[in-house]
Formats: sequence, structure tokens, C-alpha cells
Amino acid sequence: MFSGKQIAELFLDLGITHVVTIPDSTIGAWGDAIEATPGLRLVRVCREGEAWGVAGGLSLGGASPMVLIQCTGLFESGDALRNVVHDWKLPIPALIGYRSYLNQSTLPGDTCLVFTEPVLDAWKLDFKLITDPGQLGEMREHFLDCRATRRPGVALIAEGKA
Amino acid sequence: MTFRANAPQGMPIRDAVGLIRERRGPDDVVVSSMGSAREWMALGPLHALDLVLVPSAMGHVTSMGLGLALAQPARRVIVLSGDGSLLMNLGTLVTISAQAPTNLVVVVFVNGSYEVTGAQATPGAPAARANGDAVDYVAMARACGLRSVFRWSAIDEWRLGIDEALRATGPTLVVLDVETVPGAVGPRSPGPTSERGPRFMAALGVTPL
Repeated sequence: MFSGKQIAELFLDLGITHVVTIPDSTIGAWGDAIEATPGLRLVRVCREGEAWGVAGGLSLGGASPMVLIQCTGLFESGDALRNVVHDWKLPIPALIGYRSYLNQSTLPGDTCLVFTEPVLDAWKLDFKLITDPGQLGEMREHFLDCRATRRPGVALIAEGKA
Repeated sequence: MTFRANAPQGMPIRDAVGLIRERRGPDDVVVSSMGSAREWMALGPLHALDLVLVPSAMGHVTSMGLGLALAQPARRVIVLSGDGSLLMNLGTLVTISAQAPTNLVVVVFVNGSYEVTGAQATPGAPAARANGDAVDYVAMARACGLRSVFRWSAIDEWRLGIDEALRATGPTLVVLDVETVPGAVGPRSPGPTSERGPRFMAALGVTPL
């Protein structure tokens, strides 16, 4: 949907300093461009819950992290994001891949479609669903709006395969 | 080595934590959680650069410390963790070694138990393992790529070694065998996070975006 260059430029425009991530087949394709962009540091973690903890420390330390994970990782990382975002009130933004939203050919009946949006609601993460490449500007505005009001903003990126 | 949860083993954790309090530099950040936070707070007033991670998401104190170390490369960041917490997030050792912040020191207090919930054995405690063997956190850390790794079991050894450990080129992992504290409770929050977070950031000289 988006190129790595587009995403890296968006992150720079938003003032992001660190991208804390575990890849999937969509968001992982952006890693090289992010890593090659001066001013952005890619931090690879081993489990998605870790991503929120690392991002929390970065945020407390004065950096501006973005969490970049798939929705399956969101399911895994609930307690960590609860602590960082809600206990410590650090409105860390996240870009989350929405597995199978555009195409269920590899995983027919993928339950990510059942649980992703309710889980985001349950964790009180203000998300914007992005289904079209023309929504890059809307995604930017959503992140800026969430930052201005210190809300944890999420761009939920529709993906076509697992 | 025979090592059972709930049995005295190693040094008293309060003494072990007390040495870190004595040796921490004025610009060092110290991040504590669970039992180590309880002991840290019991030993006196907090420093402006103490981050008492209460409440926490168990297992993530090392991740928070890594983030702080990356954001504040000119400061030493000392993380106090328990073995139960480390076991919940073992991948953190790989993530830390991959990022390799030279200013990060992780101290793991090993008592083989989830002390604050009643000292139940962790899966790493020999008493809870089918073969009764001990998990070797030093070997684990080295296998994950950490190069500055230390272990002490007696307070006199820790007293002699602490300066070397704190001066070592990080990331550093220090394993300290400590006694389980009978009847220990979890730490109390030292105040609302909505106040402590911004105060800590102000002490670092940073402001939220």
C-alpha cells in the first residue's frame, strides 16, 4: 500500500526518532528504507510487548518513538501497552498491520478480522483504519491530532496477506 | 549447586541494593521494579533520577531501561530486575545485545521465586525443575551476545566487584544471588505516575513532545 520511502518520510515529518518493531510481510518491507533514513533508528525487538516497554523508556528519555507491529503482536502486548500508555500516560503512537483485511486467500476465516478492532477499542487506542494509499495524509493528520491532545494514536494498516 | 526457592541463598537483597545506592553516580538513572523497588525505597529518599517502575508490566523493566539508555546515551542507566521478571522477557537480552548501549547496566537479583506474590518458585528454580538443575543466567547472557557479565553470591564479593561492574563497557549484566525475604510484600507506589513521569523527565532535562 505504501512504500518504505513514504513511511520513512512520514515518520520524519512527525518528528519520530526511533521505530520499535517486529516485521510482518507488509510492514517489514519498510525496514530498509527506515533504517537508511538519517534521523530514524530502527530498534528490532523479540516480542511485541517488549516494543511498548522500549518505546516507553525512549519516551521518558525524551525521544519520540513509533511502535510498528502486526495486529497479532498487538494481541500479545496488552499488559505492556496498558502500563506504558495508560499507567504512565505516555501517548506513544503505533502503526499496526491489519492482517488479512484486504485478502483472506492465505488464511481463510482469519480471526484477526474478528478481534483487532475490538481489542484496540478495549485498550482505548484511538485508531484510524487505512485501506487506501490515498489516505497517507489522513494518517498524518490522525497522528498529529492525537499528539496535540496527548492521545495514543494508531494507524491500522489494511494488509492483503499474512 | 543446590538452590531452592524459599530457602536462604546468597546475600541479603537489601544489602545488595544498598551498595548500588552508595555507588550510583549523581547523573545515573536507576530504574527499579517489584522487590528491588521495595528495597530501594526502604533505604531512603528517592533521587530525582530514580524511576521506580511501580506500577509496572512485569518483565518489562529491562525494556524500559533499554529505551532510556538509547534516549540518554550520555548517562549510565542502571536497571534493577528480578529473575522472575527476566524470565518473563528473556528476549530482552537479545534485544539489548543487538542495540548494544554501552551505558546500560542490568542487575538481576536471583532468588528463584516470585517473592512479592508469596515466594512461589519460578520455572528457573531448581526446586521447580524436573531435573533439579539450575538455570545459568550468566551463560544465557553470554550466549545472547552480552560481553560484560558478572555474578556474585556473597555480599563481600559484590562489595569488591561493584565498581568494576559499574565501570565495565556495557551493556552489562550483573547476576546477584540473593535470599528470598520471608513474608515480603510488593512495593507501594511512591506517588501518582501522572506526577512522577513529568518530574523524572524534567530531571533529565527533557520535555514531552
